[in-house]
Amino acid sequence: MALLEFTDRGIYCGQAGVYLDPWKPVGRAVITHGHSDHARAGSERYLCTPVTAPIIKHRLRLGDGMVETAAYGEVVTINGVAFSFHPAGHIPGSAQVRVEYKGEVWVFTGDYKRALDGLSEPFEQLRCDTLITESTFGLPIYRWVPQAETFADVNAWWRQNQAEGKVSVIAGYTLGKAQRILRNIDPSVGKIFVHGAVDVMNQVLRDTGIDLPPTQRVTKEMRKADFEGGLVVCPPSAVGSPWIRKFMPFSLGIASGWMALRGARRRRGADRGFILSDHADWAELNDTVKQSEATKVFVTHGYSEIFAQWLTERGIEAAEVKTQYEGELGEIVESGTQESTAESDVVLTAGEEQDL
Amino acid sequence: MKRFAQLFTDLDQTTKTLAKIKALVHYFETAPDADKLWAIALLSHRRPKRTVNTTLMSTWASEQSGLPAWLFGESHHIVGDLAETITLLLPEPAEVSDESLAWWISFIQQLEPLTIDEKKEKILWAWNRLPHTERFVFNKLITGGFRMGVSQQLMVKALARYTNSPENVLAHTLMGQWSPQQTTLAELLAANSTHDVSKPYPFYLAYALEEDVTTLGEPGEWFAEHKWDGIRGQIIVRNNQLFVWSRGEELVTDKYPEYESLLTLLPEGTVIDGEILPYKDNRPLPFSLLQTRIGRKTLSAKILKDVPVAFIAYDVLEWQQQDIREWPLEQRRKMLESFCPADHPVLRLSPLIDFDSWPKLAEVRSQAREIFSEGVMLKRKRSIYRNGRRRGDWWKWKLDPYTVDAVMLYAMRGHGRRANLYTDYTFAVWDSGTLVPFTKAYSGLTDEEIRQVDRWVKQNTLERFGPVRSVKPTLVFEIAFEGIARSTRHKSGIALRFPRMHRWRKDKPPEEANSLQDLLQLLDAKND
Repeated sequence: MALLEFTDRGIYCGQAGVYLDPWKPVGRAVITHGHSDHARAGSERYLCTPVTAPIIKHRLRLGDGMVETAAYGEVVTINGVAFSFHPAGHIPGSAQVRVEYKGEVWVFTGDYKRALDGLSEPFEQLRCDTLITESTFGLPIYRWVPQAETFADVNAWWRQNQAEGKVSVIAGYTLGKAQRILRNIDPSVGKIFVHGAVDVMNQVLRDTGIDLPPTQRVTKEMRKADFEGGLVVCPPSAVGSPWIRKFMPFSLGIASGWMALRGARRRRGADRGFILSDHADWAELNDTVKQSEATKVFVTHGYSEIFAQWLTERGIEAAEVKTQYEGELGEIVESGTQESTAESDVVLTAGEEQDL
Repeated sequence: MKRFAQLFTDLDQTTKTLAKIKALVHYFETAPDADKLWAIALLSHRRPKRTVNTTLMSTWASEQSGLPAWLFGESHHIVGDLAETITLLLPEPAEVSDESLAWWISFIQQLEPLTIDEKKEKILWAWNRLPHTERFVFNKLITGGFRMGVSQQLMVKALARYTNSPENVLAHTLMGQWSPQQTTLAELLAANSTHDVSKPYPFYLAYALEEDVTTLGEPGEWFAEHKWDGIRGQIIVRNNQLFVWSRGEELVTDKYPEYESLLTLLPEGTVIDGEILPYKDNRPLPFSLLQTRIGRKTLSAKILKDVPVAFIAYDVLEWQQQDIREWPLEQRRKMLESFCPADHPVLRLSPLIDFDSWPKLAEVRSQAREIFSEGVMLKRKRSIYRNGRRRGDWWKWKLDPYTVDAVMLYAMRGHGRRANLYTDYTFAVWDSGTLVPFTKAYSGLTDEEIRQVDRWVKQNTLERFGPVRSVKPTLVFEIAFEGIARSTRHKSGIALRFPRMHRWRKDKPPEEANSLQDLLQLLDAKND
């Protein structure tokens, strides 16, 4: 029996009897981060990092007794198997899971990026025998620019919109991308507004000690004039909804790794596509595999078949694994149809929320 | 090139017409004349000749990026555009460039006589000088298919604003044969420039009538004609020469030797507008036959005999060297009738449909297929001949399409704005218990439906062949099409005209899709 196995419920450790990021209800789940394709409701007990805990309690409506936490680096031993979380750099609280048993080490990356984003705990490179890596952007066409360049573009766009009398509306995922935008834009440019779903998540993260600039929640009572010169941060699902019309005239920006391709930018009908990804690009994926010194690599969601073949040709034993994490499908949720985006406290649930 | 790359970025970054015009005007105001001329040429579908083949470009880029050919190929499939793929995969440039657009185009043109090794050296040199967008533009200039999200009409609008001249005059000025190598901006824009005797007029194009026909008002104010399924064209007689232009602004005189005889029939200084139509034994032939003829490099005696063409004339734009597009249609029509012979084998007057009420016309339209027509054209009697696609005076009122329910078998990734999405599908119908592919279709779905189908395809793939996936035969779509013909090139034995997805039949299981027999019946019914 391998230390970790791929089952139809998720990645399973038979020796410990736990699942990593299961997509069906299980007894005990180890969760890498709070996005809905990795943290799903229905399991009996959850183990995650202290920052992820309030996120999944909120999103999955879990009672206090159901969630245990372990700090980064802290070892939790279950039936002789040592589990520990290590920063994945993807979103606040995100972790890679290191699993060790009788001297054999496996690492499951969950979703990750190596570049610093000024928000998430910096990625930690681990060494292991077997690596399970994501490959959302596992193609050489994906090469991220430093985020300072992207945010210089965002700030310039915001200023230009101000000069032209337009509101700046920027779409990014509620958990992770929205806060990354808030942490890195220049708040001296103007007032910042957030969609209700973003506001709720901001509060959850502020409560864990994350510092975000002051924001105002968009409410029904607000008038057009209130938004003048402002920046509105909303989820992608709000794009194309009636909610967004109250900002007219506005310029729409979308922040996502998919914006690296001209076709994807044009398809979205956004005025501006900002390349901003919370996933590793091609070089980062390759660096991670190499520096892990793993002799065997499993590639999950994304361009897994292609990345596995590339690694195999480089002399690293690699195989594609089918999971229900949504890398390649992610683009679907860019559409405006998933979820009502009324100004309620509705928690955006599965389907809305892939981090891209 | 920096300025042009900036224009490209500006146009790419907005979907708003006004912002695009503003960006174009700004470019015209700041770029040197030689660059302006090329920008006008590129935005009116005049491209420099291809001097390097794209396979070589792929090979060199793949080498430079240090990637195996298969990975370069996969990347290309997903990006959906070769020029962009190359741009994304090459290492950052080590040098800087300050050369102009015209300079780079001349650089590309000078590659033509070189050997492959010399070409390679030049291309690598260029790639190493050009940063991202400029490199993309450079690649696009070579690979072709350059779309900047700006129609020719929009470019003309911006140019009209910049030169402060009327749009319709400019539109005409830019028609016909000219190339930036053989003219200057000043010459090109000089009013009444007469250097091109073959110059056609911009075609007036009709929108499809979507409202009820009665909204057009009094039937007496309208002419109705059959809408023929051919190729729109203009025949020009000037300087004792005859020229044939197709709607794609292509000079196609050599393709239709039949029309040469009209040189003696039409007086000097005449331009007529009409339909190039395959025509034999006093009736039109299916368009598919014309297609087989268009594709040939040389026209054999056999094909000229099997698929002869006629010109169905419906308008006259120039008469006795005078531009008469401002005359009302009624008057132009009278003129046309005055010189169109009654019984000429090649030049045929498009007959007016006799009707005094909309229901009467609807009845004629319903029988259009029997005479190989696609429906009815409606033109206001007092309309002038305008340029481009305009609403109001001319409408096409087509027949409802044929439809058939079919099962999706394969999906292929799209290009451009549909890159990395499965948007091009192959459909099948039943034939004694098996599904036989009979058509491809890639239009008709909303963006949201495309995303749903794309997601479904990715989850229900059976096999992959490069950019193509075979999928579980589950999804049923209603396919609409305008015509059906026998074909020896297709396994199913039939070929459809303008197939597209009319509706996603989520309510239908695949077993209830149509059969090949149903399609063959349509074919037989048509040929009766």
